[in-house]
Amino acid sequence: MADTPLVEMRHIHKRFGGVHAVRDASVDLYPGEVVGVLGHNGAGKSTLIKMLSGAYPIDEGEILINGEQVDIRTPRDARAHGIETIYQTLALADNLDAPANLFLGREIMTSLGTLDDDAMEHKAREVIQRLNPNFTNIKDAVRTMSGGQRQSVAIARAVLFNARILIMDEPTAALGPHETAMVADLIKQLKKDGIGIFLISHDLHDVFDLSDRVSVMKNGGMVGTRNTKDVTKDQVLGMIILGKLPEEETADDLAKFH
Amino acid sequence: MTTDAQSQVAAGNAMQRLIRATELDTRLLAMVGALIVIWLTFNVLTDSTFLTARNLYNLAVQSSVVGIMATGMVLIIVARHIDLSVGSVLGFTGMIIAYFQVEVFTLGAAWNWPLTIVIGLALGAVVGAWQGYWIAYRAVPAFVVTLGGLLIFRGGAWLVTEGRTVAPVDPTYQLLGGGLDGSIGAAWSWVLGLIAIGAVVALAIRGRTQKKRFGFPLKPVWAEIVLVGVAVALIIGFVLVMNSYTKPRTDIARGIPIPVLILIAVVLIMTFVSTRTKFGRYVFAMGGNPEAAALSGIDVKKMTLMIFVIMGVLCAVAAVVTTARLNAGANSMGVLAELSVIAAAVIGGTSLAGGAGTVAGAILGAVIMQSLDNGMVLMGVSSAMRQVIIGLVLIAAVYFDTAYNRFKR
Repeated sequence: MADTPLVEMRHIHKRFGGVHAVRDASVDLYPGEVVGVLGHNGAGKSTLIKMLSGAYPIDEGEILINGEQVDIRTPRDARAHGIETIYQTLALADNLDAPANLFLGREIMTSLGTLDDDAMEHKAREVIQRLNPNFTNIKDAVRTMSGGQRQSVAIARAVLFNARILIMDEPTAALGPHETAMVADLIKQLKKDGIGIFLISHDLHDVFDLSDRVSVMKNGGMVGTRNTKDVTKDQVLGMIILGKLPEEETADDLAKFH
Repeated sequence: MTTDAQSQVAAGNAMQRLIRATELDTRLLAMVGALIVIWLTFNVLTDSTFLTARNLYNLAVQSSVVGIMATGMVLIIVARHIDLSVGSVLGFTGMIIAYFQVEVFTLGAAWNWPLTIVIGLALGAVVGAWQGYWIAYRAVPAFVVTLGGLLIFRGGAWLVTEGRTVAPVDPTYQLLGGGLDGSIGAAWSWVLGLIAIGAVVALAIRGRTQKKRFGFPLKPVWAEIVLVGVAVALIIGFVLVMNSYTKPRTDIARGIPIPVLILIAVVLIMTFVSTRTKFGRYVFAMGGNPEAAALSGIDVKKMTLMIFVIMGVLCAVAAVVTTARLNAGANSMGVLAELSVIAAAVIGGTSLAGGAGTVAGAILGAVIMQSLDNGMVLMGVSSAMRQVIIGLVLIAAVYFDTAYNRFKR
């Protein structure tokens, strides 16, 4: 693995009014690596990662991309650094068709400065065809599409612009087995291309087998990060629920799960 | 019996095939159908006065003020906002234009009326920006800001001259209102008609070559020819009707009225903006999912401000037509116009939930509203009764729209 991490988030803090949503959390990601960010609802994992995707500005701390400090304040900044995000809600404009959603904010224009819808449709078909060959009605409003198709649109949007860093928030939570397998295949493919991926989930089982490392958060703080091959699912569960590292856990603690 | 039913099914299939092949919006077609029914009904009820060149000419002029503003209201409602102040903004900018033209600048000077138009449009932009600022950057709901605006600018219009009517405006300026000489004559009407026909054909051909570039499926040639044919027939019909209305006691054809030309220009620009530019795409994205729009890097606040600026400018354009038509600035200008404008947009298929609507639909909506009013006037229906009926039609139109959308899903 390369020496310089693709992404480093160091000592990040975020407050919403009186709530200290993220306190002194640090996480890193290497090229071609999948890092699962785990924690209960409200543990701060989504907030932490939204600061990387530009949805919230950071209050304290620093973000480094390829070892260089960067300033990410808006989604546009994040995209400029090759960071793409697939949100849990998918963040699609339901009234628009797939090409319009894929290129939203980054439209292909004609030489006259107007929208080049045909060019966008052409490119969109190419990308979506690769992800989901049965998906051809891409000119319909996204509202009328199935869950898997909507997921395909969101994924296609993220991979379309040669992302280096991909953030997937609860990528498989709303999917059936077939679509879940599709997402797993895609993640393996992207890894091979050297893309770094953060998988955000509250459900350990969704991400454990896909991840190279897991970082666990609790109450806004980072509990710790472990290689998945060095720990068991139960130990990670202990980190999520008790907020303790595997070596701190007692037999009594573990017994509670069984 | 059976053959009857069979032939009906066959006719239905032919119709469906036509609609599918031409890729026309069925909703828009239904509205055109409704408009035709309304026109034919009124024509019968008014002993063929409704469908005379004279009445259609008047109808076109009457529809232009509401139509101009309705194109902007489409963007506002698509972006999940509302503007209740458009009638008052029309009144306010109109009073300022008339006041400057008549009482401040030298009346009769060639620069007078163009300058007052510029002042009016700039004022409309400032008013729109001011309201947009409170809505976008101070998060006051558009309903509240523009309800305040409705009162503020109605009062403001009165304060300009303490309620006095200012008249008369510049004779050249008057032409913009479509009065006796406010049309472009037969020859120019044909010139514009031919240009329009050329544009329709060119657009159809360009559309096909564009699609070929990527090997996308093309509409069947016959469907394309039907579409272009219908458009050409409508253009020719429109010019013929406008040219058959003559000036009193002469054979001189009036041709297309200038306010209708202004409306056509506004419709072309607003259709272009809403369907062919990034700006329009972002307005629809905001209406469909504001959060997704923001996460895609769209500056939702700036967009909101700009939408209201456009609305303000369009109110000022409508104010120009209104003052020119009245030959005065008066306090009654634009009273209750907000309701006609919103109704036109909504009847024209703009969804109050945001994210859906077309400029063409809003214009059809404006023409339908104006046709109802115009037809009932011809029938001698009292103004109170006209209000009752138009109110009922609005409710019915929106009911059918929601029912249609449920059915389509």
